[in-house]
Amino acid sequence: MWAFINKLRSPKWFYAISARLQPWFWAAALILIVTGTIWGLAFAPADYQQGNSFRIIYVHVPAAFLAQSIFVSMAITGLVFMVWKIKIADMAATVMAPLGAAMTFIALFSGAVWGVPTWGTWWMWDARLTSMLILLFLYLGVIALRGAFASRDSASRAASVLAMVGVINIPIIKYSVEWWYTLHQPATFTITGRVGMPMEMWLPLLIMVLGFYSFFIALVLTRTRSEILRRESNKRWVRELVEEAN
Amino acid sequence: MTASENSLAKAAAALREEPGDGLAVAVWATLKRDLVLMLRRRSEVLNPLVFFALVITLFPIGISPDPALLAAIAPGLLWVAALLAALLSLDSLFRADYDDGSLEQLLLTPQPLALLALAKVAVHWLLTGLPLALMAPVLGIMLSLPAGSYVVLAISLALGSASLSLIGAIGAALTVGLSRGGVLLSLLVLPLYIPVLIFGAGAVQAAILGDGVLAHLAILGALLALALSLAPLAIAASLRISING
Repeated sequence: MWAFINKLRSPKWFYAISARLQPWFWAAALILIVTGTIWGLAFAPADYQQGNSFRIIYVHVPAAFLAQSIFVSMAITGLVFMVWKIKIADMAATVMAPLGAAMTFIALFSGAVWGVPTWGTWWMWDARLTSMLILLFLYLGVIALRGAFASRDSASRAASVLAMVGVINIPIIKYSVEWWYTLHQPATFTITGRVGMPMEMWLPLLIMVLGFYSFFIALVLTRTRSEILRRESNKRWVRELVEEAN
Repeated sequence: MTASENSLAKAAAALREEPGDGLAVAVWATLKRDLVLMLRRRSEVLNPLVFFALVITLFPIGISPDPALLAAIAPGLLWVAALLAALLSLDSLFRADYDDGSLEQLLLTPQPLALLALAKVAVHWLLTGLPLALMAPVLGIMLSLPAGSYVVLAISLALGSASLSLIGAIGAALTVGLSRGGVLLSLLVLPLYIPVLIFGAGAVQAAILGDGVLAHLAILGALLALALSLAPLAIAASLRISING
């Protein structure tokens, strides 16, 4: 365990191991998303009530899943950074924040587009839309706080604290907003519980969710690698690497 | 020697005593010092109250002076305006101490910073949240808030504003080292205020409808208990970041 954590401390080791890992995740993401998209958009049966408009689910649900998972991973990497001072964790958290905000925005936007044929309006103040909107504000807060500090170390630690405070609050916000008002249909997609939709609709959705997660991991790996190069640019191994490339 | 220096000296003297006694003395000294300082800067205590009254005045002008309409939206308006007034006062929570260096001294004491920060937040609530809660019923009359909900309004605001002070102090501690932290502070803190707003305004709404208000107040109390146990740790960590950065 300690040997592993000590290895993680070294950006050089991470740079090497991520080079081997990232092609697999990119390939998985590409295959899964392409398969899921074609299956979901062309072959899955149309919904008997919503017709073809239900197909937005294949973007909406994976994005919404990621939006929440990324915040949790950001808080976990923040905790790891605060406790063990592992720089990689903070670099990953740095690149996760904009990605999470983008996913939240995609979930909100696709939800709004979906709302037009089903609810007849772009926006409803219903529980899940509202808590997604609040999540977007939490992301923007973390990004803004990180940008506000002049010293990188303070910025990293402040963003970590805020991510942890946010992650404790997310369930509280979620349940209080749900309690406040709900109009949204209950969750249709669960991995464990009873499947609320026919198999031929659910499978492509599962593939899309897995594809989005692979995409997230792949993108975080790639972007963390560039973050390593940026932050460690005065280290010898990075200079040697750049000289080799030239 | 000014009163604040005097209390600081006392706090410093307390540090040399045994840890158990020293803590109580240090917390008490921090409480007293902050109270004295805040009461000397009277405008800082009064400004949030004036702001609260002013914002409430804007709504009838901006929406409609119709009492029936105002009564329907009064619980939410009062709560949102009080929340914004509390938010406005947060920026100064640690600012003066940061500027004159006493925050650094607070960090250097061997006493747990979380408890000393809690004392500062308690003073903030005593001089911001509590007056806002006491003033809200008066503004409620002006918004023709239905009878029977005035006591609930004051209680819910008193309970809720304590959570607001605690949560807000995290944001204030994170941004105290930044020169233009004001807008950023509201961006960080407002999303976290939403649960308190929901149950606070919900309590007043329930009182108007004649439903049980105890459930709402109990949840406000639960939120306060959670904030009371976790927020001081986050405040202390954030203060350390702001000072060392």
